[in-house]
Amino acid sequence: MRLLNRTAGRLSRHRRGPLAGLAVLLLGLLVSGSLYTALAPAQADNQPSETEQVAQGKELFLASCSFCHGQNGEGVPTVRDGYQLGPSLVGVGAAAVDFQVGTGRMPMASPGAQAPRKRVVFNDDEVAALAAYVASLGPGPAIPNESDYSIEGLSDEEREEAISRGGQIFLTNCTACHNFNGAGGAMPRGGYAPSLHGIEGKYIYEALLTGPQQMPNFSNGNLSPEEKRDVIAYLGSLEETPEYAGFTLGGLGPVSEGLFAWFVGIGGLVGAAVWIASHTTRSSKGKVNA
Amino acid sequence: MSNDNDHRVNAPDGTPVAYESHVPTHREAEPIPDPGLPAHTWRPTDVDPKAEKRAERQIAAMFVAAMVFAVLFVVAYFSFSVGDNWDTFAGMGASTVSLGVTLGMSLLLIGTGIIHLARKLMADHEMVEMRHPAASPPEDREATVQALNDGLDEAGIGRRPLVRNTMLGAVGILGLPAVVLLRDLAPGNALDISKLGHTIWEPGMRLVRDVVGTPILASEVETGDLINAAPEAMFPSEENGYPELEGAEEQAEKAKGAIIIVRMDPDELTDATQPDKWTVDGIICYSKICTHVGCPISLYERTTHHVLCPCHQSTFDLADGAKVVFGPAARPLPQLPIAVDDEGYLVAQSDFTEPIGASFWEREKL
Repeated sequence: MRLLNRTAGRLSRHRRGPLAGLAVLLLGLLVSGSLYTALAPAQADNQPSETEQVAQGKELFLASCSFCHGQNGEGVPTVRDGYQLGPSLVGVGAAAVDFQVGTGRMPMASPGAQAPRKRVVFNDDEVAALAAYVASLGPGPAIPNESDYSIEGLSDEEREEAISRGGQIFLTNCTACHNFNGAGGAMPRGGYAPSLHGIEGKYIYEALLTGPQQMPNFSNGNLSPEEKRDVIAYLGSLEETPEYAGFTLGGLGPVSEGLFAWFVGIGGLVGAAVWIASHTTRSSKGKVNA
Repeated sequence: MSNDNDHRVNAPDGTPVAYESHVPTHREAEPIPDPGLPAHTWRPTDVDPKAEKRAERQIAAMFVAAMVFAVLFVVAYFSFSVGDNWDTFAGMGASTVSLGVTLGMSLLLIGTGIIHLARKLMADHEMVEMRHPAASPPEDREATVQALNDGLDEAGIGRRPLVRNTMLGAVGILGLPAVVLLRDLAPGNALDISKLGHTIWEPGMRLVRDVVGTPILASEVETGDLINAAPEAMFPSEENGYPELEGAEEQAEKAKGAIIIVRMDPDELTDATQPDKWTVDGIICYSKICTHVGCPISLYERTTHHVLCPCHQSTFDLADGAKVVFGPAARPLPQLPIAVDDEGYLVAQSDFTEPIGASFWEREKL
């Protein structure tokens, strides 16, 4: 007790000093400040605000996209009536940008019938900035959340149901262009519907929402979000399912299978017959004589 | 080596054997003398008993392996499960792969065994077969024609036209029962073509999404959408009160009633689409059945508004009354006149105004 009392006595002596109030105030500020720095959510301070993102997106847009899509994303028509260098981006939404730029389709290497998937030239932040800028041009579909296209939260039975329903929806709505197992197919005038194998669920969802290039939309009024999720679940199941009947030869249908049968199958048989007939059983080294 | 010119060869044991030459004698007059066949070279299996034994063992081994694979086929057939929960092997169906491999190997080994036998062990002598004309000798042909004419003569068909004609008639008329039987293979009354002229669509019937059967709110359809749809009557329920269809009738109505719905900017529609009467704010509906030979089509390009048939590449411009812009189809796709009901759902104003699908003879009369 004596020790405590003595310490208290010393403190109280200093407290009466003229700078004591200021020192306590500074100490308190220091403690609360460092506590806040240590405990506050980390991303809160490095996340650019929406305005900053839009501004950054606009800069990127002017540098990389405006040649075809116009300086305000209004689209650039060509001299031929009804044709465009690049379509208007007003109202295509963030989902379209995330799909086109996030899969490397945009910026296109050259104008043409097809915008092929290629190396992505922007990093994730830049894609987000471009998406924010284009979304600011007019209301359009937003980038979907993972819960929209994932069947993670479902029970096994619900998953099975989703996959089989997704299969029926896929066969009705998608196979015309993307082939019965999603391997893709040819389209008029040099275009093609790309293969859907190994495509991230997010990009399939965005493609359904926004209808990239020649693809029609499958908006929420057309296929409900659950139906879109089911289609994605079916496509995922296609990749996990082993091939019952052996090699698929790309799953392209009778053309590739017929080609294989004629060239490799029958060609191999003809080759084997020629090989047998051209090789003698007579010994060539040192004629056998009686 | 014996002299090449005397056309003699040696048997494996060394005794000379006569070589049967088919060289005609008049060849002597030809400018270049017939060189004949080169001297026969014997195979190792002909002269070496060890080689012969080895070949024998090889062939027998192939046939035994073929037997083993045939037995393995049976084992694989019973040991791998098929159906809903099938076994896999290297990412493929274990049953299919093992059945194919074992049966294939069995057949292949029988084949290679036979070829090996023929090449190594079967008697080895050269044969010369002269070519003959493909036709039979003239005397044979004359004899055959003579026999035929004799037969006809004895039957008296030529002299008795009544018998001949009634016989031909009796055989010919057998086609009639066949036609009657074939006609009835078609479901319903095949001669009644009136049903080709109409489908299950009727005024006020809702357009519903194919497979899921849900009605379509006009306000929710966006520009660029393509909806593969069906008549609500294909999804009967107590609520909508449509009768349950079964079997061939259900299939026929399903096939005839299939439609595609697209939405585009109303300014892009031409007058051929009857934009004021038959469409709803740029939402336009066509039969899904190609007018060439009736394939279902939904390969739609939204920027050109073209829909392409995968069977023969007929292409229709949906903005211009589904006019044929390419391919063998002769007519545009029939358009379904649509409207919205009180709740805002898409409904049919009526049936199609012309027969859907491929052409047929009496089409213009319907």
